Amino acid sequence: MGFLITSITGFAQDDLLKELEQTEKPKIEYATATFKGSRLVNGQTVEAKGKGELEFIFAHRFGAISSGSYNLFGLDLAYVRLGLEYGITDNVGVGFGRNSVDKTMDGYVRYRFLRQTSGARNMPVTVTAFVNGAIRTSPEQLPAGQIYSDRISYTAQLLIARKFSSNLSLQLMPTIVHRNAVDKTVENNSLIALGAGGRYKITRSLALTSEYYYRMDVKDGNQFRNSLGLGIDIETGGHVFQLVMTNSQGITERAFIGETTGDFFGGDIHLGFNVTRTFQLKKSK
Amino acid sequence: MQKWLWFLPFLFVQAVLGQKMILEKSYVSFFSKAAIEDIKAENTESVSLFNISTNEIVFSIPIKDFKFDKALMKEHFNEKYLESEKFPKATFSGNVSGFRKEIKGDQSVIAKGKMTIHGVTNEIDVPGSISKDGEKATIKAIFKIKLADYKVKIPQLLWKNIADQVEVKIEFFYKPQ
Repeated sequence: MGFLITSITGFAQDDLLKELEQTEKPKIEYATATFKGSRLVNGQTVEAKGKGELEFIFAHRFGAISSGSYNLFGLDLAYVRLGLEYGITDNVGVGFGRNSVDKTMDGYVRYRFLRQTSGARNMPVTVTAFVNGAIRTSPEQLPAGQIYSDRISYTAQLLIARKFSSNLSLQLMPTIVHRNAVDKTVENNSLIALGAGGRYKITRSLALTSEYYYRMDVKDGNQFRNSLGLGIDIETGGHVFQLVMTNSQGITERAFIGETTGDFFGGDIHLGFNVTRTFQLKKSK
Repeated sequence: MQKWLWFLPFLFVQAVLGQKMILEKSYVSFFSKAAIEDIKAENTESVSLFNISTNEIVFSIPIKDFKFDKALMKEHFNEKYLESEKFPKATFSGNVSGFRKEIKGDQSVIAKGKMTIHGVTNEIDVPGSISKDGEKATIKAIFKIKLADYKVKIPQLLWKNIADQVEVKIEFFYKPQ
């Protein structure tokens, strides 16, 4: 009898912990940090800023390595995009920026309307809608035969991503880019493309990224190429540094998705980097 | 004669399993003071069971439910430091000594047991106070956790932002199960 009692008390602590676990209701677990930031290489990721967060993005692309030693393998040339993005809510963000390529200004909205979850409710992917409008302000004087609205383009994307593990996230980007004015012999005003990319984390703060945009329905004689980018993400405190290699020179959707001229495997590789710095403007909780 | 003897073990088991209390409300916070940045987070989603007959206590804190002022801080806390996808809970299981359920008001007690955070378990002693008021009881404790004891690694670059010890405050409000 005494033995029976002491063995019951001995097991009781573990039993109490098990009993505690059984009282807990299943919760919805949201996948977080599918990517380290809002940019994959050139393009967007499903990530939205937290409410009240302001992100400053500085993106830089050098010239092409194939431009040779006289041009310091592209280092002499620089194309820059400066941008800001603000989280209105945890799922809705607005942003704007300016890229020195064609002096393009763009403004956009991102809306993450579906989040990947597990546990009490299962949703396999996170989906964010991204819409932007861009205007080329260069050349300053309108060329003959053009009207001002010819400079404008619109991009709409559905960003669909899944965090497969804490190290691997993959994303698909069905995209449509509408250009008000194009050379109709080699282009359609509306360009449909499918992007695919992902990131693989190799340490807590380091990840490898890749991104490819495949243009559909390309007309014969079209001189542009699909955009390919590879990168390394380094995260420290409030900054993310992305070191990139890409055949695209422009950093606005219209430019890198529709107007990339570089042949990646022919050496037209632009080294570059994206730097983001996050500030919390309003408390998130 | 033999028949009622069979009931005896059940009576003992009931006395041993005892009277349990569950949480009505909980508050857990931790605070880290360092040269550049103070880090503070609060969590109100803990669960706990306290057996006032045997003085056993267990509690479980879901890591993803800590709230921070800065969204990026919460992301780093979960993704990089506590790896909450792998280790979703911090748990404690142990015994409270110095508590007598008949006494009303505050009593100083010590809880001794196993604390598991980030997948690492350590034996700890936590001094605190229990206040019993009729059917309900409140447990309060303040203690320090050394991050290295639980293999929570701080990169050298951020040593001015994160202290190597954090102060944890717990307030648990119990009611009978």
